[in-house]
Amino acid sequence: MSAIAGDPRLIADRPGLAGTLEGVWRRVSQGEIGSLPVVAALILIAIVFQSLNPNFLTPRNLTNLVLQIAAMGTISVGVVLVLLLGEIDLSVGAVSGLCAAVMAVLNVKAGLPGALAVGVGVLAGAGIGLLQGVWITRFRVPSFVVTLAGLLGWQGLLLWVLGDTGTVNLTDPAITNLAGIFLGPRLGWFVGLAAVAVFLASLSRARRRRVAAGLGVGTTGALVARIVLVGGGILLAIAVLDAGRGVPLAMLILLGFVVAFDWVTTRTGWGRHVFAVGGNAEAARRAGVAVDRVRVLVFTLSATLAACGGILAASRLLAVNQSSGSGDVVLNAIAAAVIGGTSLFGGRGTIWSALLGALVIGSISNGMDLLALASSVKFMITGGVLLAAVTIDAVSRRGRQAAGRA
Amino acid sequence: MARPDRTPLLELRGIRKRFGAVQALYDVDFEVYAGEVVGLVGDNGAGKSSLIKAVAGIYATDSGEVHFEGRQVTIGGPNDTARLGISTVYQDLALCDNLDVVANLFLGREVVRPVIPGLVAALDEVTMEQRAIQVLRDLSVQIPSVRTPIASLSGGQRQSVAVARSVMWNSKVVLLDEPTAALGVAQTRQVLDLIKRLRAQGLGVVVISHNLADVFEVCDRIVVLRLGRRAGNFDARAASREQIVAAITGAEFGTPAPAGAA
Repeated sequence: MSAIAGDPRLIADRPGLAGTLEGVWRRVSQGEIGSLPVVAALILIAIVFQSLNPNFLTPRNLTNLVLQIAAMGTISVGVVLVLLLGEIDLSVGAVSGLCAAVMAVLNVKAGLPGALAVGVGVLAGAGIGLLQGVWITRFRVPSFVVTLAGLLGWQGLLLWVLGDTGTVNLTDPAITNLAGIFLGPRLGWFVGLAAVAVFLASLSRARRRRVAAGLGVGTTGALVARIVLVGGGILLAIAVLDAGRGVPLAMLILLGFVVAFDWVTTRTGWGRHVFAVGGNAEAARRAGVAVDRVRVLVFTLSATLAACGGILAASRLLAVNQSSGSGDVVLNAIAAAVIGGTSLFGGRGTIWSALLGALVIGSISNGMDLLALASSVKFMITGGVLLAAVTIDAVSRRGRQAAGRA
Repeated sequence: MARPDRTPLLELRGIRKRFGAVQALYDVDFEVYAGEVVGLVGDNGAGKSSLIKAVAGIYATDSGEVHFEGRQVTIGGPNDTARLGISTVYQDLALCDNLDVVANLFLGREVVRPVIPGLVAALDEVTMEQRAIQVLRDLSVQIPSVRTPIASLSGGQRQSVAVARSVMWNSKVVLLDEPTAALGVAQTRQVLDLIKRLRAQGLGVVVISHNLADVFEVCDRIVVLRLGRRAGNFDARAASREQIVAAITGAEFGTPAPAGAA
């Protein structure tokens, strides 16, 4: 891959498709599995539910699925950031409920304009995250404990904010449109084609720069595979959603967060520092990384994204009530990140795992709803999937260690 | 080799450090010249680590002077030493296993290019990768690819990457804490060759080691610490292994071979 004199012991990918596949298989067998199990799981889930109920893969149901996972996926993006640090945030569910309640009360009871209420709700999340992050770094209290206290405390504050009413119904279109409107076919295709164009342009620009600098580039086969998978995936998704009600705005919001934070974590210095702190905090500190500042910002972002997710959920439900953000919200968000392939041990994972994991959990839950299974069964199956995902993480970590890649 | 006619790159005079009831360092003098490898040896508790940490700015000394390139300097913390051009490679190497070689070399000093000027900057991976390849090639460090995660490198390769990182930012003095401990024969060879290349590039290198064979192989001069005092200063070519051992253990054995800067 690089211009350094070749080490004869180094195994390089042979050119051509066969070589690429061989390389992929070698990395997988050494535990560098990345998103592979989750993609395989998604395909398996689709096959199973489609064969049990032919409505599963219809555009209408897939649109529902997208709307169901928008909130979970958004919260999970923040959870991935925290997991990359090797920390945990248990408060995201309660924070999502509380911030949605703040928004709802300001909008409905205080008469604040919808957009402004949404803004204040998001800022409330940022403030909560800042407080928790500072607490964790300043007093060296484990994040598990601080955010567990947060889980309880913010839940209590939610009840207090809602007051006697219990439920606040939302009617302001500025809020309900977030999860309620769909892009028409023309706008949908425009957004999709623009995304593909940006993807192609950034790929080719990166490749040109590397070639110009005399650095190695990946095989053409791998490049073509990437373009076909990503470009084809985007266009297929738009075609399917257009056959239903159109591209939901909520999906674009979720994808926007995913793409933005993926870029931040993989392409910026700050993102590099997040991985460094998760990999070896002491090494990062000695290298001059402001470790505590990185931590505080990550917890701030995590709670901010939780607030965004809570607002999306409220927008879809058209209400905020005493159970908003409670129950399995936090567990699903964490499970989604882990199922998607982000390690609980820190330093490994991608933002995309939030989306992939949310898709897995969402489609299992959606499919079981179609089959009208009891919630007892749903809980047990979701639990089994989570256990399987964490086991795969732990086992592949052992595989990496055996192959000297941990 | 000691060269009394020249100013040492780094010179310590009368360094004292006390931890509670223990006098860890007592009036220790130490110096390293440009293009010289000095071995710092001594038994456990002799004060080697205390001395290195004092130079690295981790401990404040109780008394003593530090001169760098002839000027007296005060070392208040690790940042001061980094600014002077003194870098330390500790035994644990302080690398992030999950990041690749390029990311580790540039950790905390990433090269960025503006995306939206003044607001958003992205990592300039191309520049960093080119520079990383250049640095490793200059030091003849053999690794499979600069995009390999540290986790998949051998111990010698990791040590080499850690050393490369410490010298790539215009260091003049490098302190290596047990660089060959826990390395195999071939890997030790890699690291010793790397130390010789640092000397050839005109750096002052201080090697702490328990392994006298390694010390004799790469060092020009050997300074022995014993119970917090400087117990000897030997020209590595003239001294014998027995003399060094005697100085380390405190046994009377012959007379130390005089070295110019003692």
